[in-house]
Amino acid sequence: MTYIQLSYGDLVLPALLVVMDGVLSIVLRLRLERQLAIAAVRMVVQLVLVGYLLTFLFAAVSPLWTALAACIMVLFASREIVARQKRRLPGISAYGLGAGCMLLAAGTVTMFALLTELRPDPWYHPRYALTLLGVILGNTMTGISLGLDVLTNSLVRERAAVEACLALGGTRYQAMLPVVRDALRSGFMPIINSMAAVGLVSLPGTMTGQILAGVEPVDAVKYQLLIMFLIAGGTGLGTLAAVLGGARLLTDHRHRLRLDRIAAQG
Amino acid sequence: MLSVSGLKRLHLSVSFDLQDGECVVLQGPSGVGKTLLLRALADLDPNEGAVKLDGTSREAMPAPAWRRQVTYLAAEPGWWSDTVQDHFSAWDDALPLVTRLGLPDDCGPWPIPRLSTGERQRLGLARALMLRSRVLLLDEPTSALDPASAAVVEALISERMSNGTSVIWTTHDDAQARRVASRIFAMGQGGCIRENRL
Repeated sequence: MTYIQLSYGDLVLPALLVVMDGVLSIVLRLRLERQLAIAAVRMVVQLVLVGYLLTFLFAAVSPLWTALAACIMVLFASREIVARQKRRLPGISAYGLGAGCMLLAAGTVTMFALLTELRPDPWYHPRYALTLLGVILGNTMTGISLGLDVLTNSLVRERAAVEACLALGGTRYQAMLPVVRDALRSGFMPIINSMAAVGLVSLPGTMTGQILAGVEPVDAVKYQLLIMFLIAGGTGLGTLAAVLGGARLLTDHRHRLRLDRIAAQG
Repeated sequence: MLSVSGLKRLHLSVSFDLQDGECVVLQGPSGVGKTLLLRALADLDPNEGAVKLDGTSREAMPAPAWRRQVTYLAAEPGWWSDTVQDHFSAWDDALPLVTRLGLPDDCGPWPIPRLSTGERQRLGLARALMLRSRVLLLDEPTSALDPASAAVVEALISERMSNGTSVIWTTHDDAQARRVASRIFAMGQGGCIRENRL
């Protein structure tokens, strides 16, 4: 396996493409230049740091360090889920729901892949455990945040319909079913679109990364298929858990709709 | 009998009894809390106080069972499905009631947006009446209706009352209040209630 190594100097010219975007924003008065600059700087700092961190973790091969890194990744993902909501669940329940669902979904499918398919030695080897978790978290996070966003927005919009069903003796599960179905459909959509388009419209990251690193395309495809199956499973589990959990948090034991528990984004 | 004791919801604090087959009309300016009171009785919002039906506390039964007995009908009913008939568990059973309320007998497959505001209000009433509840909480049930349609609704509710159904009815129409009610509760600012017997 051979690959073309890059130095930091090699990245200067490509970075000018981001500067070009900034110039476009200024010229067209899009007012995106500040956001663009912050996002670009964040990306560089985060990736460089994670590069060094992964180097340390891969050398240490410690279950404790690996578990700690995984927990931090889940916490950042849950924070990101909350940040993407237009209407948020209040306080700790929003973070708790996000983190719990991410841990359940991404944790389950990552363990499944490590213990049944990849079987690295040791099974928690961070080269496999953390990279798999990272890819699955990123995609599961999108499904969960979309599902929760549609759930809360639909409940506000469809309040009269939900309460009509409740007022006529429907349970909270019966009343929220149409909204829950919409939210689940939205959460599943990105992975369905992604599976349908992969290979035709897009060459996904894991596969292109491996091909660039010198792996035979047919072997890289097998890895990509594994990743896509894992993402589909993780997204399904995570979105289902988040939407059902969100629906439960927005009702109470007396089968009342509790939109007073939603806080609009400030 | 519906017995309400110390019911508290926001600024409201209410106690009263409602006999079987009795109709009480709630009146008062908009925003005074009439809808709040009806929703609290149906246990649709968090509230405090004792509400009993024939001596059985609402907490003693699951909330859906309570609402099938004490049913709230919003002034603008909501719709959870696309067509008229999808809102009824047994459309054929509901059809005589729906047509009596002035909707055409072929309206079953109609999409809800095809109905006028008044038709939607009558359909919402038909949907609630199909439950045959012990207590009906009607929030301005004829506000979008012409006088003839309102008379049909009043007659229908009167029939139910003669069969023992109790009704709490909010309306801004004084003449209607005198026609349908045995007592009128006039709600004032701050949620205070003054009772007028007819």
